[in-house]
Amino acid sequence: MSKIGVFVCHCGENISATVDCAKVAETAAGYDGVVYSIDYKYMCSDPGQSLIKSAIIEKGLTGVVVASCSPRMHEPTFRKACAEAGLNPYMCEMANLREHCSWVHEKGDATTEKAIDLVRILVEKVKKNHSLNAIKVPVTKTALVIGGGIAGIQASLDIANSGHKVILIERDPSIGGHMSQLSETFPTLDCSQCILTPRMVEVAQHENITLYTYAELESLEGFVGNFKAKIRRKSKSLDEKICTGCGQCTTKCPVKKIPSEFNEGLGKRTAIYVPFPQAVPNKPVIDRVNCTYYIKGKCKVCEIVCPTKAIRFDQEDTIVEAEVGAIVVATGFTVKQPDFFPEYGFGKYPDVITGLQFERLASASGPTLGEIRRPSDGKVPEKIVFIACAGSRDPAKGIPYCSKICCMYIAKHAMLYQHKVHGGKSYVFYMDIRAGGKMYEEFVRRAIEDDGVNYIRGRVSRIYEKNGKLIVKGADTLLGAMPVDIDADMVVLATAGIANEGSEELAQKLHTSYDSYHFFSEAHPKLKPVETNTAGIFLAGACQSPKDIPESVAMASGAAVKVACLFSQDELTREPLIAVVNRQAAPVFSSCVGCFLCVSACPYQAIEKEEIKNRTGEVIKTIAKVNPGLCQGCGTCVAFCRTKSIDIQGYTHEEMYSEVMALLNEY
Amino acid sequence: MADFEPKIVAFVCNWCTYAGADLTGTSRIKYATNVRIIRFPCTGRIDYMLLLKAFDEGADGIIVSGCHPNDCHYTSGNFHARRRWIMFRELCDFVGIDINRVLFSWVSAAEGSKWADVVNTTVTRIRELGPYTEYQKVAKHPIREVTNG
Repeated sequence: MSKIGVFVCHCGENISATVDCAKVAETAAGYDGVVYSIDYKYMCSDPGQSLIKSAIIEKGLTGVVVASCSPRMHEPTFRKACAEAGLNPYMCEMANLREHCSWVHEKGDATTEKAIDLVRILVEKVKKNHSLNAIKVPVTKTALVIGGGIAGIQASLDIANSGHKVILIERDPSIGGHMSQLSETFPTLDCSQCILTPRMVEVAQHENITLYTYAELESLEGFVGNFKAKIRRKSKSLDEKICTGCGQCTTKCPVKKIPSEFNEGLGKRTAIYVPFPQAVPNKPVIDRVNCTYYIKGKCKVCEIVCPTKAIRFDQEDTIVEAEVGAIVVATGFTVKQPDFFPEYGFGKYPDVITGLQFERLASASGPTLGEIRRPSDGKVPEKIVFIACAGSRDPAKGIPYCSKICCMYIAKHAMLYQHKVHGGKSYVFYMDIRAGGKMYEEFVRRAIEDDGVNYIRGRVSRIYEKNGKLIVKGADTLLGAMPVDIDADMVVLATAGIANEGSEELAQKLHTSYDSYHFFSEAHPKLKPVETNTAGIFLAGACQSPKDIPESVAMASGAAVKVACLFSQDELTREPLIAVVNRQAAPVFSSCVGCFLCVSACPYQAIEKEEIKNRTGEVIKTIAKVNPGLCQGCGTCVAFCRTKSIDIQGYTHEEMYSEVMALLNEY
Repeated sequence: MADFEPKIVAFVCNWCTYAGADLTGTSRIKYATNVRIIRFPCTGRIDYMLLLKAFDEGADGIIVSGCHPNDCHYTSGNFHARRRWIMFRELCDFVGIDINRVLFSWVSAAEGSKWADVVNTTVTRIRELGPYTEYQKVAKHPIREVTNG
C-alpha cells in the first residue's frame, strides 16, 4: 500500500496569489494512498525541505509529490532531499503549479481546480513509480572546444592549464575570431592584437591543446563524458608539416583581387592566402573557389615557387574521430550585412560601412594602415556620421533585442576618428546610450566632453547622395524632433550583432536548444548561464547572445571551470531513465518476440540481440536487450514495440496510463 | 453549450514543448485553464493508444507537441511521432474519431507565446465542436472496464 506525501508550495506569492494552496493540500489529503498533505510558503527553503524529510521518516512515506515550480527548476533539489531522508529519489515527482498554472492563469476556481488536477495525476503516477538507481559511466577527460575566437581561446587555455586535454576546432584558416579584427578595445583603448596574439600563440604551443583550423564539426554522438565527435578537416591543399610559412606562394599567386574576409572586404587577398600576418597557424590555405588551377586546371604557380614542395592540389578533406567528455561551444556572432539596410544605402554607397569595417580602417594592420580613409576615393572624411542601433532594437527589422556592444564601440570609433583626423567633425545618432560596465559611462562622457563628438538623440530615416556628399536625414528628439540634415563624407552603421552563420545547424548536431534568434540557449538564464540543456555541453561568448570581450572571457572561464569540475570525477552518475526489455521466468523468458522493430527505432544503436540458451547451449529464443551505456531514454522504442515488452524507466506504460486516467476521472 | 468547459490533455516532450510552456509561465503570458500537461521524454515515446485512452476517459480535445523537425533532443523521435501521427489520422478517420479533436504541433523551448496560442486555438476549436460524446458511443464502456482490468 502506497503512503504518499503531498507538499504544496506557495512560492512566496508566486503560486498562492492565484491558486488556493490550502485547498489543493486539503483535497489531496482525501486521495487514496495519500497519508500526509500540507502547504508551506517556501518548500525549497531549508525548513521546507526539512518538512519533507521529517514527514518521510515519521510517516514512512513511500512516495512524494511536491507541487511547486517546474521540475526543470527544482527536481534535483527535492529528489536530493528525499534521498537524504532515505527515500529513493525517483519516488519523488513534481507537479508544476507555477510555470504551468499560477503564472499563466488568473486567480479563480478554475485555476485552483487545475492545480488540484495536476497534483492528482502525479499522485497517481508516483504510486506506480519504482525505485531506481543511478547508472555509473566513465569520463573521457578530453574537451572539445568549437570556435577559436577569444572565448574559445580562453576556454581552451583554462581547461588545458587545469591539466586536461583539449581539441580546439576553428572554421577559418586562423584562430583569433572577431577580436583579431578590432583596432583598439574599449574602455582602455589598448590594442586588440597586442593582447590577443600572445594568447593565440600560447594555444598553438600548449602541450595539452590540439588545434585544428579550417575544420568543422561533422557529427556528434554519445552523451556527457562519452561523446564521439567526427571533425571534418577541410583540405588546405597543403602539407602543413612541410610548409614553413615562408610566404613565397602568397606573394607570387596571380589571383590578387579577392575581397579579404579579414578586412571585411576593404582589402584584397590572393587565392592562396594567410588571413592576416599574425595568423595562427601562420600557414596558407588555397581558396578553391577562386584559385585558377581549380577553375581552369592550370596555373600551379604556388607549387612552382614553394621551396619545400608543400602544395598538395589533390588533398582531400579528412575526417578525424575524437572521443571527448565535454564540449564548449564558442562559435561567436556575426553582423547584419548590406541588403538589410536599403534605406541607408548600405551596399549601394561604398562610403556607408559597418562598424567592423571601420575597425579595419582604424587598425594599424588594416588596408589603410590605420589612417581613416573612405573606401570610395581614399580621401580622409571631414565629416563622419555614426548610426547606432542599425537593425538592433527594431522589431520591424525582426531584431527587437539590444546588441549590447554598439554604444561602446561607437564611442570608441568616434574617439579614434577624432584622434586621427584633427579638425574632423563626428556625429552620433543614438536611441539611448547603454554604457553599463566598469569605466564604460566615463568612456562615453570622455568621447562627448573631451573629444567633442556630437551626440544627437534621434533616428536616421534615410541616406542619399547629393553632390558627392552623403546626406544623412535624421531628427533631434531632444530639440522637439527638429529635422537634422548632415552632409557627411562617410557613414558608419553599428549593425546588429546576430547569430553566426550555421549556428542553427550546429545546435542540431549537438542536440542543444537555440532561441528564436538562433543564439544558443543556456540552461537557466540566471543560475545556469554557461550550461545547455544537454549535459556536458557548455557555452562561451557571443554564441549565446551579443557580448563584449570581458564578458566573453569571463563566460569562457566559467565554462572551463564547469568542464574541469566534470573531469575531476572518474565516474559520472547518469539518470537511470532508460529503456529495459522485460524478463520473465522460464519458459517465456520475455514477452519480447524478437521482431527487432525497436532496433530500427533507436537513434543510438543501443538495442542489441540477446540469445537465451538452455543448459545444453542451444539457442531457445532471441530477444532484444538495451545497452544501458548507450540508451539515452527517448522511449521511441517503447512506442514501437508491438508486444509492449520494452518499457522506459520513469515513464513506464503503467505510469503514463495512470496519469491519463487520473487526469480525467474527476475532471 | 455556453457553460461548456472543454477538457484538453496535452502530451508534450520534456525538452522543447514542456520547456516552452515553462517559458510561457516565466513570461507571464496568460492562456485558457482547460489544458492539463503530461510530460514525456520525447514525442517519440508517445504511444498513440494513450490518446485513445484519453478520449476514452472523457477528454474533449488533445494536443500533441514536441520539438520542431531537426531539433529533437534525441535526433529523430519527433520524426517517428510525425510519421505515427500520419498513420493515426487515417486510422481515426476510418473508425470515426473526429480528427479535429487532436492538434499536432511543434513548440520549441523558445516559443512561449506560441504555446499559449496553441492552447487557446485548441480550446476555441473544441468549444465550437462541443463535448465529445460520440467517442463514448464508439467505444462502449464494457471495453473500458476490460482494459482497466
